[in-house]
Amino acid sequence: MKTEPARSLARDLMKIVVVGHVDHGKSTLVGRLLYDTDSLPPGKVEELEAISARRGMAIEWSFLLDAFQAERDQAVTIDTTQIWFNTAKRDYVIIDAPGHREFLKNMVSGAAAADAAVLVIDAAEGVREQSRSHGYLLHLLGIRQVTVVVNKMDLVDHAAARFSEVSHEVHQYLEEIGVSPAFIVPISAREGDNIAAPSEKMPWYDGPTVLQALDSFQSLTRPLDMPLRFPIQDVYKFDERRILAGRIESGILRVGDTLLFSPSNKTGRVRSIEAWNASVPPVEAHAGESVAITLEDQIFVERGEMVSHADAAPMLTTVFRAHLFWLAHTPLEVGKEYKLKLTTRDATVRVQSIEHVIDTNTLGRHASETVERNAVAEVVLRSREVLALDEYSHIQRTGRCVLVDDYDTVAGGIISMEGYPDQRQATTVKSTNITEVAHRVTADSRHERNGHCGGVLWFTGLSGSGKSTLAMEVEQQLFNKGYHVYVLDGDNVRTGLNANLGFSPDDRAENIRRVGEAAALFADAGFICITAFISPYRSDRERARMAANEAFHEIYIKADLATCEQRDPKGLYRRARAGEIEDFTGISAPYEAPGAAELIVDTSDLSVEAAVQKVIDYIGKNFALDKGQRR
Amino acid sequence: MQRLDDLEAQSVYILREAYHGIEPLAMLWSLGKDSNVMMWLARKAFCGSVPFPCVHVDTGKKFKEMYDFRARYSEEWGLNLKVFDCPPIESIDTSLPPAARSAARKTEGLRRAIESEGYRGIIAGIRRDEQATRAKERVFSPRDETGQWNFRDQPPEFWDQFKTDFPPGAHVRIHPLLHWTEIDIWRYIARERIPIVDLYFARDGKRYRSLGDQDITFPVESNASTIEEIIEELETTTTSERAGRAMDHEREDAFERLRASGYM
Repeated sequence: MKTEPARSLARDLMKIVVVGHVDHGKSTLVGRLLYDTDSLPPGKVEELEAISARRGMAIEWSFLLDAFQAERDQAVTIDTTQIWFNTAKRDYVIIDAPGHREFLKNMVSGAAAADAAVLVIDAAEGVREQSRSHGYLLHLLGIRQVTVVVNKMDLVDHAAARFSEVSHEVHQYLEEIGVSPAFIVPISAREGDNIAAPSEKMPWYDGPTVLQALDSFQSLTRPLDMPLRFPIQDVYKFDERRILAGRIESGILRVGDTLLFSPSNKTGRVRSIEAWNASVPPVEAHAGESVAITLEDQIFVERGEMVSHADAAPMLTTVFRAHLFWLAHTPLEVGKEYKLKLTTRDATVRVQSIEHVIDTNTLGRHASETVERNAVAEVVLRSREVLALDEYSHIQRTGRCVLVDDYDTVAGGIISMEGYPDQRQATTVKSTNITEVAHRVTADSRHERNGHCGGVLWFTGLSGSGKSTLAMEVEQQLFNKGYHVYVLDGDNVRTGLNANLGFSPDDRAENIRRVGEAAALFADAGFICITAFISPYRSDRERARMAANEAFHEIYIKADLATCEQRDPKGLYRRARAGEIEDFTGISAPYEAPGAAELIVDTSDLSVEAAVQKVIDYIGKNFALDKGQRR
Repeated sequence: MQRLDDLEAQSVYILREAYHGIEPLAMLWSLGKDSNVMMWLARKAFCGSVPFPCVHVDTGKKFKEMYDFRARYSEEWGLNLKVFDCPPIESIDTSLPPAARSAARKTEGLRRAIESEGYRGIIAGIRRDEQATRAKERVFSPRDETGQWNFRDQPPEFWDQFKTDFPPGAHVRIHPLLHWTEIDIWRYIARERIPIVDLYFARDGKRYRSLGDQDITFPVESNASTIEEIIEELETTTTSERAGRAMDHEREDAFERLRASGYM
């Protein structure tokens, strides 16, 4: 069949799916659309007449699509077929979805690729079981643009009253599932009424024809303004380059970007976007493009990692909700394991619970131990490994998954995290089978060699209280005295260790947790580690204390708000007062002063020199080993 | 040209999925325009090199221009070319009409190639718009141990999650060009300047629109002697691309039977 589009250069292409109850006339509608848009090759109509006549029928438009011998004899569409036609406005590819109940998997295969849908309903029969379930699936598959056609109006004498009854019924159901049809068009596909031209038999109808309704749909645009999502599809090493290949699902990736890999939490900077046979190498790549990139750093990442920018990362979790349709002959069961495919990631998931099964006819929800073939349900799935994912309501393409059982795809589902937290900030040890190994170099021998103990001096205080100034000066003086000393400063760690963190409450907590752990490692290695962070929350500082235990010394760098605001070395207070910075400590977010700091340094009434000296004295008293203790 | 960009990105994605998930894998190179586009896309997908063998199932009845093309570009593109000869016509199902029987030789040649090399994935350049039976295809289309295509019970395929898990003995056909149309192919050839066999261009008022064996492929009336003229011609024609392929027109179900038994 001649079905390719004409003049398609720079023209839009829209993918349309045609769904509806069996025998309501989907294939007939499509056949008629092809005829009315002059999309059939010469001789095809005659051929169709001959085939129809051999079977003792008047011209049967649906035979155009039912290419298989078997289907012609049974007059049932078995599988999805894709064919093309065009209007003055753009090109269309029609996916003719089958209506038989047992062919749900084929319907889903067709419908999932569509930009818009036509729901066909028989004027005489009205809304039937599959009209409802197909409508529900359109909603689940994320197809928001729907037009309804009420077909076979010739069988109900083109009666306005019957049309209005059916329209009402359709509206009621679709509204309940959150689908609002753009139009409801009364047609006769067989006779060609209201397909390409307004019908003279239905003068009471003043809405658009089917073609006008289709032309009114919007072409879907690429999700460029969404956060970057780039699932790693494969890693190639054909030559000296280590190439990360994949398709950008949303957002924009640029050379020089720092990328966050999830769930491994590694980061790397984009060195190049590789393009074979391109005269100028690209500097950015957009959603929808299959790309290959190289990184500046040689980090080990593999297929299944999700790339994002640090400030808009996917969620990490081992549990999520899936609103899914079940395609397999054997039912889904609680406790059973399936292979999850989530973009390019494969993982084993176990069905933790079936929240409810949804009757797409009545929209009733009921509890069940299993989900049967062709049913829709909400389930909770749990994986052993951490998964990087998005909620479907946030980013469609990375918020949906399929399940595989043995060799077969058995379900598709959309993801929700309702009631489950993002585990990115979790502090619990996720790894199991960990055995700590004892050092052979003892803490005492480190201290003896250094001449001082290791420890953490945790400076806390308002912005502008003098934490960084004091920390750097103390570091210099201690270093001159022969101490092993190092400062972890807020802004500095945010370019490395904590480059993937922002300033949300969750990110701030994680920022402090990591600094606490890093400082404890320095202390353990024998260093005096000074940290200079506002760290406004007691709970965060208590956690840092737990990391370093006895070696932790809380130093409250005290200055009242007025003093700090007057100093304002970074201009932050001014901006916070102007409302340019949200959640600014002391202005719009709380500072919880220490209740029992080891040392208080009040910088409101001490000079810098005096304040430094106070800290140096404290260190001399608490960290230095007496000469006599040295060997 | 977002349309060609979309098609290209999707085909590259499919080729990379195949290369990652299926081993051993081979790509069919029939020397026609579609398979040259497919080869080009593979070079894009894998940054210049095609990391799997390129199989030509040779009926021995191709045009000389096609054999010359094969020799030149397998060398120039650094392909790992593998040529498999087809069995004699006498060994093929006598119940098929003559042209279909001839085409079935190629199916048998492919079946033997798969058997001898143990390929689990075959990448083929078919398109949905070529023929109604092909319109029903999946991108990843499984075949059982005998190479049969069970079109009545095809796996679901949605959200670009393809079937890459198979029982032992089965293999899969991968169709990276499934969603392309004939005119998309030509526009892409023009845009990328992809080399093709000269037989596609009109000489003495005729050109080949589709290339198969010499004895069952016929030229169509045309004066299109450049890619641009071909595109112009396709924009207005309503003749089907495979009009010159005899086996499609012998019986209503001849092509379907060919495909069910493993023809591309």
